[in-house]
Amino acid sequence: MAQPEHLLYSKEHEWVKVDGDTATIGVTDYAQNSLGDIVYVELPKVGGKVEQFGNAGVIESVKAVSDLYSPISGEVLEVNNALDADPAAINRAPYDEGWLFKVRLADAGETANLLGAADYEKLATL
Amino acid sequence: MSRPSDNTASPPIFDLGQDGRANRYLDAGKPLDLFMPANVLRDDLPLPDNSELDVVRHYTRLSQRTFGIDLGFYPLGSCTMKYNPRVNDAMASKPEFAQLHPFVPDELAQGALQVMYELERSLSSLFGMAAFSLNPSAGAHAELGALLIAKRYFADRGERARDKVVVPDTAHGTNPASAAMCGFKVISLPSDDRGRVSLEELKGVLGDDTAVCMMTNPNTLGLFEDRVAEITAAVHAAGGLMYYDGANANALMGNARPGDMGFDVMHLNTHKTFTIPHGGGGAGHGPLGVAAHLVDYLPTPVVVAEPKPGEDGWAPSDRLAFRLDFDRPKSIGPMRSFWSNFAHAVRALAYLYANGEEGLRRVSQLAVLNANYLRVKIAEFLETPYPEICRHEFVVSAQQLKKSTGVRALDVAKALLDRGFMAPTMYFPLIVPECLMIEPTETESKETLDAFVEALREIVASAQSNPQALFDAPVTTVVGRVDETRAARQPDLRWRSPAASR
Amino acid sequence: MYAPHTQRDIAQMLDAVGVGSLEALLAVPPELALRAELDIVPALSEYAIGRRFDAIARKNTGIGYRSFLGAGAYRHYAPPAITALAMRGEFLTAYTPYQAEVSQGYLQAIYEWQTYICLLTGMEIANASVYDGATAVAEAAIMAFHATGRRKILVSRAVHPNYRAVLKTYCDGLDVVIDEIAYNAEGVTDGSAAAKMAAGKEYAAVVLQSPNFFGNVDMLDASASDALRDSETIPIAVVAEALSLAALATPASWGAQIVAGEAQSFGVPVAYGGPYAGFIASTQEHMRRIPGRLVGKTVDNAGRTAYVLTLQAREQHIRRERATSNICTNQAHCALIATIYLALMGKTGLRNAAALNLERSRELATAVSSVEGITLKFSAPFFNEFVADVHQDATGVLAALQQRGILGGLNLGRYYPELTSCVLMNATELTTSEDIAALATALREVCDVATV
Repeated sequence: MAQPEHLLYSKEHEWVKVDGDTATIGVTDYAQNSLGDIVYVELPKVGGKVEQFGNAGVIESVKAVSDLYSPISGEVLEVNNALDADPAAINRAPYDEGWLFKVRLADAGETANLLGAADYEKLATL
Repeated sequence: MSRPSDNTASPPIFDLGQDGRANRYLDAGKPLDLFMPANVLRDDLPLPDNSELDVVRHYTRLSQRTFGIDLGFYPLGSCTMKYNPRVNDAMASKPEFAQLHPFVPDELAQGALQVMYELERSLSSLFGMAAFSLNPSAGAHAELGALLIAKRYFADRGERARDKVVVPDTAHGTNPASAAMCGFKVISLPSDDRGRVSLEELKGVLGDDTAVCMMTNPNTLGLFEDRVAEITAAVHAAGGLMYYDGANANALMGNARPGDMGFDVMHLNTHKTFTIPHGGGGAGHGPLGVAAHLVDYLPTPVVVAEPKPGEDGWAPSDRLAFRLDFDRPKSIGPMRSFWSNFAHAVRALAYLYANGEEGLRRVSQLAVLNANYLRVKIAEFLETPYPEICRHEFVVSAQQLKKSTGVRALDVAKALLDRGFMAPTMYFPLIVPECLMIEPTETESKETLDAFVEALREIVASAQSNPQALFDAPVTTVVGRVDETRAARQPDLRWRSPAASR
Repeated sequence: MYAPHTQRDIAQMLDAVGVGSLEALLAVPPELALRAELDIVPALSEYAIGRRFDAIARKNTGIGYRSFLGAGAYRHYAPPAITALAMRGEFLTAYTPYQAEVSQGYLQAIYEWQTYICLLTGMEIANASVYDGATAVAEAAIMAFHATGRRKILVSRAVHPNYRAVLKTYCDGLDVVIDEIAYNAEGVTDGSAAAKMAAGKEYAAVVLQSPNFFGNVDMLDASASDALRDSETIPIAVVAEALSLAALATPASWGAQIVAGEAQSFGVPVAYGGPYAGFIASTQEHMRRIPGRLVGKTVDNAGRTAYVLTLQAREQHIRRERATSNICTNQAHCALIATIYLALMGKTGLRNAAALNLERSRELATAVSSVEGITLKFSAPFFNEFVADVHQDATGVLAALQQRGILGGLNLGRYYPELTSCVLMNATELTTSEDIAALATALREVCDVATV
């Protein structure tokens, strides 16, 4: 899967879709592939705050557990509750159905700390 | 794909049985509400009644669907799956031991206390510790105890700022988990290119905040940590304590002692080194040993001995009177409901008596010989990342195999199941990709080892010529590879009655 | 002694390895070489081991006494079929079932254990067992702490003193504070006091045991239970005498969310304190916090029913320092013994055994309280244990009974300074009328002498 052009990426293999002053966050195709079949996700609480590159939760696959880092700071507005019953959505459609949570941006300038699709592509194919 | 005929399968016990098909083990009792008010009684007990024959057939079938040491070789690294001598169980099941209540007064339980005393004295000597507690129920349990001791020790010295536990990246998962349960923060130490703890890296992280450094020797790669004396000296110089994970104790009995290496506290897994049966995953037993300066912190109770005037006896311990000592103000407290996994203490002591000092020395020598023999044979066709004399275990890597054929450590492991062997430990330690950790133990014969080598050689050959056969393995076991993803995504953790599951 | 190597084997193997001797193979740096003289028990032939252990075992003279000891370790009838099955080599010598394909038997047995625990307690999930009842309580408290983030636990004084001590050991590690609630004159926990203390939302959990350490049925009433739900405090039920679950209302019925208990009563020998079989069970919402191993049912690659260790990403070998518990082993073999016991006894046998326990303990209570100078301390309904007040120092009374070949029970002054005249007495289906008569006679002698 080629990295969607309109997204920004973190080194920890998360993506961000900025829409005005809100952003949607998920993990990349590379991430879901390395983790294997995802069985459970611990997401941040709605109303809570996340920091850029700070811990935001946990993703569990059958044999591994991985920390989730938020690629951008903000207040959590919404989490993808459908993942409770269907964590496989992250494997199937990591950029789409498998989105994780949405935030209200604390500082739009933070996007400067993220990678564009081409730069992330280099990282993901190492 | 054909399977052996599945006449060992048996549905869950709840699907068998008929109400009232009861066995008559006891006299008939009266109705419960004669004795208790109805509002504290339960309405219904939804358990099946099964005849003894049906129960016997059910669990006999289940046993036939279970592999054990009694059936075949377990090359499981880090587990020390040696033969479990039956004399140990015979001793443990003597009624004087099996039926003794833990609250029987000390003077009427002198035999039990003597067993605990003799075991504790022998272990202390064998491993160079001042004393052992038999309280903990498992290795991880003892580890927790050790860290609680460290926490209390530093608090007493006014050094509460010591909150860091240093753990090599090759360590077993219980090490950092135990540290976290005591509120310690874990610092992971990368190993050097010889696979050992890096003294330079260690010195870089030691400081006034160092509480404990946890390690094992030999390490989980099976390599002897030859610089361990320098390591313990460095940690002590920084004011920290050294913890020895005794999982690999089978490698050095009568040869070297953790106490002499500078370790302050350690645990043993008697279900590894001392033949307590694994029983499918427990019960284990984790004696916790300490150097002199930590004895006061041991969990309660501790067995203490005094000379019994005028007593004769075959051994020095026969001339002692024993009691349980609970009055230990600096103790971290008890870690379990009563005094120890006593039945396992009996088993371990019986094993010590079967060996004595020379026997235990021999055990370690032959465990190390078996491991090295396998290592040099297997190195002929599988990558051995550390091609040097190992101790009781060693690692091989299927990384090259995976690159050239797609066959991974997991597939090799599953193929071994088809050939009547248990698989080695897989994917641990984490620093070796596609890792298989192999520990034969001393109770396996050369013929068994040779057969294992041939089976592995054949599997590796098959990886080149017919990898699909390995991806399909195992094919001769009662079930094939199981769908673990489904088990985790749709947890079904208990049987439900057909009425309830509607 | 169990290594099969001949001299020829050793020589061939050393040759293959390229080392001259076993000593050379195990060479260590000189500063680590063993210099001390070791002091280990001597090597004996297997026959001599038997004789040695006979001699040691004979010193356990307490075996021959009539015993009324319970207090967390209970003597019950264990049908011999249990040993015949559990000691089969496949079950005894199997490793943890990480390779599911060759461990289906054990995995299914543990799935059945998990089910039995749920059916007995009324909970929805149970794990593959923990070390014992005391550590089960500690692990349950840790679950509550992680669920609520609150660093305080409220525990009834009527919970087994050893369990409370272990809870303290664990809580000291996590800097979690334990507060205690008193028991009242009836010998049960003051539930409404507990609910009131918890109203400030400071406590992660309220821990009570039923039957409690004194043997009394000790459950939360509806209003206390509701109040705890309002303050989002987790009720943890402790069960030390598992046979009581066959008769009494389930912990679920009075609002428990986590049940921590001991299954030793189900055929596991008292064995001077261990190994036993602890259990933890909970409602669905705590599934991901439950420590230790879990067995799940799934299918294999051809659709056959198969069992497997699941949700392993909670455990230490994956989460490492992020695990909520370091627990690695369970008590598989003891849980297997308990499962086979439950299968053999069945609903009918368990109800029966419970009824006999109730009957005998009441017979005992009647006989004991008919002795001049002895009364029953508490009025609450009890299962198979009760507290007798001898109205003098219990130590002397118990010593005198011991001289008459009787272990009369547990001296409660050992754990409760306010109960130095009290003895905890237990009777099970194994207690005979003869035992009870002998105790009553002895008590009459002892108490008459004492009150003279």
